[in-house]
Amino acid sequence: MSDTTQSGPVLAADGTPLKRSLSRALRRQKIRALMLIAPLLLFVLVTFILPIGDMLFRSVENQIVSETLPRTVVALKSWDATSGETPDEAVYAALAIDLKMAAEAKLHTRVGSRLNYEKPGISSLFRKAGRQVKKWDVENDGPYKARFLDLHKGWGDPDVWSTIQTYSPKFTNGYFLNSADMKKGADGPEWRPEDEQIYWLLLKRTMFMSMAITLSCIALAYPVAWILANLPARTSNMLMILVLLPFWTSLLVRTSAWKVMLQQQGVINDTLVWLGLVGDDARLAMINNQFGTIVTMTHILLPFMILPMYSVMKTIQPTYLRAAKSLGATNWTAFWRVYFPQSVPGIGAGSILVFILSIGYYITPELVGGTKGVFISNRIAYHISTSLNWGLAAALGAILLALVLILYWAYDKIVGIDNVKLG
Amino acid sequence: MTITPVENQTPGFVAAAAAASGAFFGLFIGTSQGSGLLGILIGAAIMAALGFALTAMLSKEKPIRWLLIAAFAVAGYGTGGLPAALLGGAAGWFAGWFIFWLATSRYRAHLAPYLTSGQVLWHYAFRVICGAIFTFLITPILVVMPLSFNAQDFFTFTPEMLRFDPAGYSLKHYRDFFGNQAWQDALWNSIRIAPMATVLSVTFGTLAAIGLSQPHVPFRRAIMAILISPMIVPLIISAAGMYFFYSRIGLQGTYMGVVMAHAALGIPFVIITVTATLVGFDRSLTRAAANMGADPVTTFFRVQMPLILPGVVSGGLFAFITSFDEVVVVMFVGSAGQKTLPWQMFIGLREQLSPTILAVATILVGISVLLLATLELLRRRSERLRGMSPG
Repeated sequence: MSDTTQSGPVLAADGTPLKRSLSRALRRQKIRALMLIAPLLLFVLVTFILPIGDMLFRSVENQIVSETLPRTVVALKSWDATSGETPDEAVYAALAIDLKMAAEAKLHTRVGSRLNYEKPGISSLFRKAGRQVKKWDVENDGPYKARFLDLHKGWGDPDVWSTIQTYSPKFTNGYFLNSADMKKGADGPEWRPEDEQIYWLLLKRTMFMSMAITLSCIALAYPVAWILANLPARTSNMLMILVLLPFWTSLLVRTSAWKVMLQQQGVINDTLVWLGLVGDDARLAMINNQFGTIVTMTHILLPFMILPMYSVMKTIQPTYLRAAKSLGATNWTAFWRVYFPQSVPGIGAGSILVFILSIGYYITPELVGGTKGVFISNRIAYHISTSLNWGLAAALGAILLALVLILYWAYDKIVGIDNVKLG
Repeated sequence: MTITPVENQTPGFVAAAAAASGAFFGLFIGTSQGSGLLGILIGAAIMAALGFALTAMLSKEKPIRWLLIAAFAVAGYGTGGLPAALLGGAAGWFAGWFIFWLATSRYRAHLAPYLTSGQVLWHYAFRVICGAIFTFLITPILVVMPLSFNAQDFFTFTPEMLRFDPAGYSLKHYRDFFGNQAWQDALWNSIRIAPMATVLSVTFGTLAAIGLSQPHVPFRRAIMAILISPMIVPLIISAAGMYFFYSRIGLQGTYMGVVMAHAALGIPFVIITVTATLVGFDRSLTRAAANMGADPVTTFFRVQMPLILPGVVSGGLFAFITSFDEVVVVMFVGSAGQKTLPWQMFIGLREQLSPTILAVATILVGISVLLLATLELLRRRSERLRGMSPG
């Protein structure tokens, strides 16, 4: 190095300033890393993130009314729903044109069933009217108000019209209100009657049962994780198989096993009857209720609690406990003041994981939960495949998703997603 | 290894402890025969007498224990035939082991000498609790296996099965599984979908994991959060979203749609396992390879890939089992033509309860045992390669 006295920037071998050369190399590295990630990111975006976005969009989308009944929607704008009177002739005339076109395209039943979610009974109104209106000559067949009232006196009900008016905008918060047991009234959201409030009950039940499952998982996993972490490696590896085998066994196998165990004529009841602890006529009902769901899901999710707890407890020095005891602590004090605080991260990680997983469970509650032990996911599935109220399913899903994402965020803050370990 | 000097216990102590255990088991035998109280008394009396007597005969432990097993088994056979004889034999083994274990103070030999008797009692009580929890974990899986050989169409043990009568057992549910077209179609669909989904998620996942473990990755946290999200988002929400979106773009009800959906679900597992393996990967190896003139592709396949292979394979196994086990998403994204094995099981469990499900369950448990064994071997190999001792 003869020219150390040279002033100016340090140069790289090819003569560019070292600083620029380094930053260029860094940029190239970043781009290469991104290029490696890009295909997967794209794949996940298309196959997973976009579908979720689509679902969220559906929870507020409401284009069907304004698309199928465009003239009626415009004509209804000036009508005052609180007046308690039916709209004027112009609205009925617009409806006649809209319905005739809709009926020709066979769309009138769709808008009918959409509005039926909000006001039961409208669907048949639209179906009947669509059939008749098709035969009308819409140019000069007035007055329409009387003709519609002849078809069905429901067309004279201001409530029907206010429902159409309320759901005419392109986007609605109606599905979300529905899933919060509210409905759109003439003046803003209002609660549904006490006996129709099912979703709040369902949400409370889902939370309560997930909580119960998490707590019973903590209670069962703590001793097991402790003993796995404190036994000699050979023994604990053997016992670890007992934890990992259920973890690796098909979910449906475990659910069917519990169905076999918990039935009225099942293994547990048979054993209890044979032992004489329970009368043959008084077999315990352990399935198709909350008890069945909690027991089965505790068993299914237990490994997700044991594994994080184990990996935390493995790092706690056993000498700390001995030191505490040699300083005069009792067994309980040594455990509670020395060991337990160090194991809290494991409990936290396991609990959030189990809670997240249990809150969105579908299969097990569906099979062993009966009617009293089902979760909010089962209601979502019902709305997708049976009642076909997709908007409501999407809104319920969005609420559940928000709950899970909050927990996921907390998990990331506490544990870090990079630290998730499997097996 | 004995760390505490021990001496034999007094007959009184052994008799009292044995009587307590006798009372406990006597309660159950008593209730099954009609009177719980009588069972407690008789059980306690028998065990107390045995405890008292055997303390004096410590030198002849082996023959006495065999004698006890035989005696209890015969007594069981007298009350309830073959099954009771087996239970009796087990009880005899336990009685012999328990009494000698107490009498020779063997229970203290492996514990620290300064423990009080209360601490010793807690030590063993704790093990019993853990044993109970392990039983809870494994029993459901063990119960389905013998039941799948049931000759009847019941979901419970028939009297013939409990008598170990060969007529109570048969392979008919297995025959039904292999002969029934619906089950065979389902099996075939599972075999077609799962490997394809695994290949997709392993290819994309490994590349991305290598990218993610580079030293400078912009937005690393956000990207990681997106890639892990399929594991966190509840399956029913993924299923609903995919159902809506895939029907818009015409993938709903197609083989490709199901494969892509399953690949998305499997990706987090590949990412997690492969990035975990890459943490232990010595990056100077790739630099050394490049130094010797290897291009990046050669370096990847000849140097990096063999070293991270265990992580890739175990990630692939996770992805495979995710797809092979998955039922919610396939029910929504697939149509009847993509009915997989779990789907068929789900239908079976919900509608026509047929014991064929138990035969399928037993086969699936066998598969998961194989997978678990493979994974364990891979873990050991990976630790050996990284220079850690196999645990």
